Amino acid sequence: MARDIENLKKTANTIRQDIIKMLAESASGHPGGSLSAVEILTALYFSEMKIDPKNPGWEERDRFVLSKGHAAPVLYASLAERGYFEKSHLVTLRKIGSMLQGHPNMNDTPGVDMSTGSLGQGLSVANGMALSGKLDKKDYRVYVLLGDGEIEEGQVWEAAMTSAHYKLDNLTAFVDFNGLQIDGPVNEVMNPTPIGDKFKAFGWHVIEIDGHDFNQIFNAIDEAKNTKEKPTVIVAKTVKGKGVSFMENVASWHGTAPSKEQAEKALEELGGAING
Amino acid sequence: MANLATREAYGKALVELGKENKDVVVLDADLSKSTKTADFAKAFPDRFFNMGIAEGDMMATAAGFATCGKIPFASTFAIFASGRAFEQIRNSICYPELNVKVVATHAGLTVGEDGATHQSVEDLAIMRAIPNMTVICPCDDVETMAAIKEVAAMKGPVYIRLGRSSVPTLNNEADYKFEIGKAVTLREGKDVTIFATGIMVSEALKAADLLEKQGIDAQVINIHTIKPIDEKAVIEAAKKTGAVVTCEEHSVVGGLGSAVCEVLSEYCPVPVKRVGVMDMFGESGKPAELLKEYGLTAENIVEAAKAVVENKK
Repeated sequence: MARDIENLKKTANTIRQDIIKMLAESASGHPGGSLSAVEILTALYFSEMKIDPKNPGWEERDRFVLSKGHAAPVLYASLAERGYFEKSHLVTLRKIGSMLQGHPNMNDTPGVDMSTGSLGQGLSVANGMALSGKLDKKDYRVYVLLGDGEIEEGQVWEAAMTSAHYKLDNLTAFVDFNGLQIDGPVNEVMNPTPIGDKFKAFGWHVIEIDGHDFNQIFNAIDEAKNTKEKPTVIVAKTVKGKGVSFMENVASWHGTAPSKEQAEKALEELGGAING
Repeated sequence: MANLATREAYGKALVELGKENKDVVVLDADLSKSTKTADFAKAFPDRFFNMGIAEGDMMATAAGFATCGKIPFASTFAIFASGRAFEQIRNSICYPELNVKVVATHAGLTVGEDGATHQSVEDLAIMRAIPNMTVICPCDDVETMAAIKEVAAMKGPVYIRLGRSSVPTLNNEADYKFEIGKAVTLREGKDVTIFATGIMVSEALKAADLLEKQGIDAQVINIHTIKPIDEKAVIEAAKKTGAVVTCEEHSVVGGLGSAVCEVLSEYCPVPVKRVGVMDMFGESGKPAELLKEYGLTAENIVEAAKAVVENKK
């Protein structure tokens, strides 16, 4: 699909609105880190990835692993918008019997490539997918989205070693560097910086960008695709709660759903309405 | 009777499997010479992945392979597989029901001189507690070879528990049929049933011989699949003999003994004694010395059998 930036911006805004609506309806979930990753997922699902919503298990497809599984709303909203399932499912998020579990479950939701939620495991899984692609000489690519707080998990660095050791140039990791985790600023809870330098030391190609700028996202993706013999990490500086003024850069919006009134206010800012 | 460690049989089975099935990939965490996956690495270097000393990463990587249609065998020592990588196995393998075979060697006390840090006497309990997980503990090399072939042919997560030391070959390779979840009666008897798993199966057979000399007719059943346990076989045997002994190179908490007691307490309560490690850590020593020290010998099984037979009266 074309890189029509104006259209992608509109899609990103729709996804933001859907995130707010579904979280308000479930009264449970994670808005902050969902909103910060909207442009990254929009770029991947609406322009970049080789996928077929009518055939979610297509063997040749590009893969996406949401390692920061609590950002499930942004994944679900993107998949629904992309046509993997009816948008009417979105409001069932986190409700009993729903196909949209609190954290992604690959066996419940069409388009989810891996069940995630316990932090620190997604990069390892993505490595397995990338290794499998190399083994089968397939040209699909594997994308994984990590949180900046998540990279405090030791397994991320075990996996980072593996990606570089096996020269997984078919793998691209994004770090959603929004600077906040549950207990507060990441650099106060457990400082992960300098993130890029750490990955570089582990043998990765590193690109640092503004994670809300589509042009920068696409340039970084292109650079990753042209980087041979090394995995690439795109450290994307983002704003937690992006797009909703009262949520932006506020740690408490990590895992708190908006009330109906707060959702109305958020949707007003995003140019939509709760029943729209 | 040949003497071969079940891990040695695993190495051989993997190489055979590798020839037959191109989807098989093998992962190890820097213990390939001990787990015997090195045999596969030599035969099929492209399909072997050494993950370094990083068991959690290995398990989740195996999960990634499985999402792409591969059949990953991920191996390390039992303590690290079930312990260190528990949560990766639970969340990234069992929850999505991925087709990963976790094959853990050096289980139980008989890892020996390395002592408590390397002895796994909790792994059956831990792995049994995870939904979707099949748990298998073969008793000899023949059963191990057969089990590896069977689990490769089935879809879904499996934990297979193997040992470090050589064990006697009990089964006949030519006609042994391994069926996941199906108990194997090795000896019929009417006074007491001895359920055993893994290396304790040969001890159970020895115990039955000793009991015979004392006028007790013991039935011996090999429970190679701890989960799903063969409920029918357990209940029928308990009904027939009215007394049960369980034997495992594992804690009496949560393993075969617990699994058997769960079934019996619901369907057929009879006197039971559990032979196993009595909720304690092991220590360094030679395998045979350790089995004796912690009460895991044929003599211990005999004592337990006599006690339950006595309790019937």
